[in-house]
Amino acid sequence: MIPAPFDYAAPRTIDQALAALAEGGEGTKPLAGGQSLIPVLKLRLGSAERLLDLGRIPELRAIRADGDPLVFGAAATHAAIEDSAAVRAACPLFSEVAGRIGDRQIRNRGTLGGSLAHADPAADWPAAVLALEAVLVARGPGKVARSIAAREFFRGLMSTALAPGELLVEVRVRRPGAGGTAYQKVRQSASGFAIAGVAVVLEYGADRVCKRAGVGVTGVADRPYAALAVEKALTGRRLDEATLAAAAALVVEGVKDPLSDLHASGEYRLHLARVHGERALRRAAGLAPA
Amino acid sequence: MSAAREPYVGRRVKRTEDPRLIRGLAHYVDDLRFADLLHVSIVRSMYAHARIVSLDLAAARSAAGVVDVVTVEDLDRARIGDVPCAASMAGMKTPAHRPLARGKVRFVGEPVAAIVATSAYAARDAVDLVSFEFDPLDAAVDLEKALAPGSPLVHEELGTNKAFEWSVASGDLDAVFKSAAKVLTQRIVHQRLIPCPMEPRGCVAQYLPGERQLTLWTSTQIPHLVRTALAAVLGLAENRVRVVAPEVGGGFGAKLNFYAEEILLSVLAMRLGPRPVKWIATRREDFAATIHGRGQLGMIEGAADAEGRLLGIRYRSIQDLGAYPQLLAPAIPTLTGLMLPGCYKVGAMRMDLTGVYTNKMSTDAYRGAGRPEATYQIERLIDLVADELKLDPVEVRRRNFPAASEFPFKTASGLTYDSGDYRRAMDKALALAGYEKLRAEQQSARLEGRLLGVGVSSYVEICALGPSAALAAGGWESATVRIEPSGKVTVLTGASPHGQGQETSFAQLAADFLGTDLDDVIVKHGDTAEVQYGIGTFGSRATAVGGTALWHALGRVVEKAKRLAAHLLGAASAEAVGFEGGVFVANGKTLTLAELATAAHHAKSLPEGFEPGLQATYAFEPKNFTFPFGTHVCVVEVDRNTGDVRIVRYVAVDDCGRVLNPLLVDGQVHGGIVQALGQALFEEAVYDEGGQLVTGTFMDYALPRAHDCPRFETDRTETPTDVNPLGVKGVGEAGTIGATPAIVNAVVDALEPFGVRHVDMPLRPEKIWRLIQAGGKA
Ligand SMILES: Cc1cc2nc3c(=O)[nH]c(=O)nc-3n(C[C@H](O)[C@H](O)[C@H](O)COP(=O)(O)OP(=O)(O)OC[C@H]3O[C@@H](n4cnc5c(N)ncnc54)[C@H](O)[C@@H]3O)c2cc1C
Repeated sequence: MIPAPFDYAAPRTIDQALAALAEGGEGTKPLAGGQSLIPVLKLRLGSAERLLDLGRIPELRAIRADGDPLVFGAAATHAAIEDSAAVRAACPLFSEVAGRIGDRQIRNRGTLGGSLAHADPAADWPAAVLALEAVLVARGPGKVARSIAAREFFRGLMSTALAPGELLVEVRVRRPGAGGTAYQKVRQSASGFAIAGVAVVLEYGADRVCKRAGVGVTGVADRPYAALAVEKALTGRRLDEATLAAAAALVVEGVKDPLSDLHASGEYRLHLARVHGERALRRAAGLAPA
Repeated sequence: MSAAREPYVGRRVKRTEDPRLIRGLAHYVDDLRFADLLHVSIVRSMYAHARIVSLDLAAARSAAGVVDVVTVEDLDRARIGDVPCAASMAGMKTPAHRPLARGKVRFVGEPVAAIVATSAYAARDAVDLVSFEFDPLDAAVDLEKALAPGSPLVHEELGTNKAFEWSVASGDLDAVFKSAAKVLTQRIVHQRLIPCPMEPRGCVAQYLPGERQLTLWTSTQIPHLVRTALAAVLGLAENRVRVVAPEVGGGFGAKLNFYAEEILLSVLAMRLGPRPVKWIATRREDFAATIHGRGQLGMIEGAADAEGRLLGIRYRSIQDLGAYPQLLAPAIPTLTGLMLPGCYKVGAMRMDLTGVYTNKMSTDAYRGAGRPEATYQIERLIDLVADELKLDPVEVRRRNFPAASEFPFKTASGLTYDSGDYRRAMDKALALAGYEKLRAEQQSARLEGRLLGVGVSSYVEICALGPSAALAAGGWESATVRIEPSGKVTVLTGASPHGQGQETSFAQLAADFLGTDLDDVIVKHGDTAEVQYGIGTFGSRATAVGGTALWHALGRVVEKAKRLAAHLLGAASAEAVGFEGGVFVANGKTLTLAELATAAHHAKSLPEGFEPGLQATYAFEPKNFTFPFGTHVCVVEVDRNTGDVRIVRYVAVDDCGRVLNPLLVDGQVHGGIVQALGQALFEEAVYDEGGQLVTGTFMDYALPRAHDCPRFETDRTETPTDVNPLGVKGVGEAGTIGATPAIVNAVVDALEPFGVRHVDMPLRPEKIWRLIQAGGKA
């Protein structure tokens, strides 16, 4: 499959990239791993006059997992995140989510920032950044960096808070406190994307009282969302079976128009989100599978 | 040649093909290098059904790099024939199938024009410069609706979408059904599948005007048949056409065909010769415009007595042909009819088949080709009988099998099964699976609320196609054995292996026969200029028919060699010459095969009337098909909360007659089961009501992945056949044929507590979840 002709540039710094974006306007598109953009171009569902390859900008690929927050360059690949022992130790949810994306070839190229900027309603990363209440750092021409809360980032079907000419440069993740995390995903049998994906962060101590709950849901609605009702139902409560089950029932609260396609109807997606929401909550709370 | 080495035949010899494939050193069509190559991109219909109002090619013609553009008018002017169907049925209504659409487009992906340019990029860009005006028409998509009055007509000139009707019947079915204790009826969908070989289709064509020679390199399973057909369509003398199948990256029947693009590329080569032209299908083109498989819808009815003995089967079915009848399409469902009784003694049967045109890609042979449909429904029917009579499905099978002593066994459909011992294969599979224990585990799992299911499928299939009477272009196969002057052995087979491993197994046969090392033998195939005419690789025929031809050719060569050996060693006659381990012995003297081959070529001293050289050719005509069989057992666990199916165990006992190389047989069985698993659980070519292909990429069409597959526990029984002297039957499709019903029977069994008796494939989790919901409420 052959895309329509386009130019290619590989800036070496973020500033060069921003300048090129500003100069090129609409037709200039950042290229990260190309795992979504290139298929779109090849199928000629979209076009670009010029691609700006972000892969040669070292600071965009960096992962710093030793401090708090953890800082991920937007062009860090899924595989680099999956493979990082430091990430696994500091934020196992990120490791788990990275490892569930597509297959290894996809993960070798696809990037965290590319996935978030693309905002596919069935992508995995959004669930994680929502659950962790990550901060997404964007930069535009000449402007200082702008921080966007993950929960403010996803605005609609494949649409985000990024302004034209803005680049996502960093994702900052606060180290979760003591407790547990889990990601449960039902893969669409062909694409591997999520039919329903639920990421859970539960912070709790020896008394099993939930200090903080974060729940991100993907694959179900036109945009990934934080399941606020679930979080509310858990925070300050003891994490026992009944509490988790009751909370899980709220995973899809407020979802009016669930996605529906050949692979799963809306009704089934809602059901799966509840079932896997409960499984994720149980895992994060350290309970045996039901 | 060292004497006593273990024979190669029967050993797990690793495929000699694999090193080049694994290291990326094989040459598929796209890897061939040509000077001055031109590239072709094809303008295809985005509509399922539309009148072509206008087609403006001016911008495309004048685009940078574009060399030529052709439409159907150019083909008409050059008197290029139609894409042929070689399996016309009695009374069949056959539409004109132009390689490029004329007047109307009839499916999404139908070629409308071809653009040639100096690069693949320029050719593709020019496609976007073509402006069309189409007048969209309603599409005939659903099979039953397409047959109903008032349906949009795919071909108005035929006055109907019904292409043909066909029946096969025996016995007094009405009487049988009247007297039966039980009659079971089930509507069965054999969903459309997309074959998806790893290598998409593609071809390069070159015409040399001086030599008046056309060569087509094409990814095909049947180079010789393509050559014959191509010559006829182009109006060229067949001896001026050469077809080469280079490395072929899988076919599964999708390349057992003759396609519009093969004609188009040849036409373009003749317009632009001597410059070669190339087209490689994109995956999307391969999805939309390479044949699909299955696509049958039927109603199966079985009559059984109170003990579960099957008395009669009635099957009414509709075969979706798609928009045009491709090469063998109409014949595929007739194989369903012939194999309808499966491994059972059935007194009476009848199949009534209707072929229907729809606004979709054509269907045709896909791994199993008509037999998976037969096996699937008879094996489902047996389980329905068992369920109805509260008998163990295994016991119902046992009661209906013919005994080993009844072979050759004449079936209700008029076939003669060559050899078989169905009970033995089933008993072995049940023992391997631990069937009784599984049933006990199932009971205790149910008590815990877990949905465990055990499915059994016993199959028999029709292989080694086939006697020539059964195939339009003949059903024999050829082989040449050439001992080169140095004693190295070249085997030329008319079959066209593309993943089955015959470069290895045929070399095993030849090396054993001639006493050489495996490495001394090379097996060549696929190039009509190099290999004598042959039929090709499909229908699990290459070893049973082509291997047998080789065996005979080897016999001939040795017979000839012995005559020369007798002469050179001073023996009275060829009969007095011994041949062992590659050495001829007579009179206490010896000659190696190499020495003899040199003598045969140098021709200094030959017996009276002896033709110089040392080679022989044989064409083998089989007297019957072969009928491999076996039993598969599948254990699944269904997640009652989500409907997910997990295959817990998979046991297969297959009997493909004598085994030349167990590693190859295992590979075929594994691959076959995986493809069946794909059909059972995931795969379905979905067209929407407007005829758009919804599953047009791998983002929506799910093939099974490694992590979807269980560990296969395989074993075999070996019941030889007398259809060929090798005693081999064929195993290329067995897995695909045997496995789908085992998986579906297992899932239906798991869902028994919910009163489920049947689920149509693919067993999408949502479908199963809904059945559990519905059953739970009931
Ligand atoms: C076969 C297949 C299976 C897949 N399976 C999964 C799956 O299971 N789960 C899943 O989550 N994903 C899946 N993906 C998607 C993949 O994970 C990629 O993450 C995703 O395609 C986007 O990342 P990318 O780096 O490839 O971005 P690109 O394709 O390069 O870019 C995507 C979009 O984001 C823009 N963009 C990229 N980087 C930035 C930036 N820093 N700032 C602003 N805009 C930017 C681009 O301009 C473009 O519009 C799959 C992809 C394929 C091809």
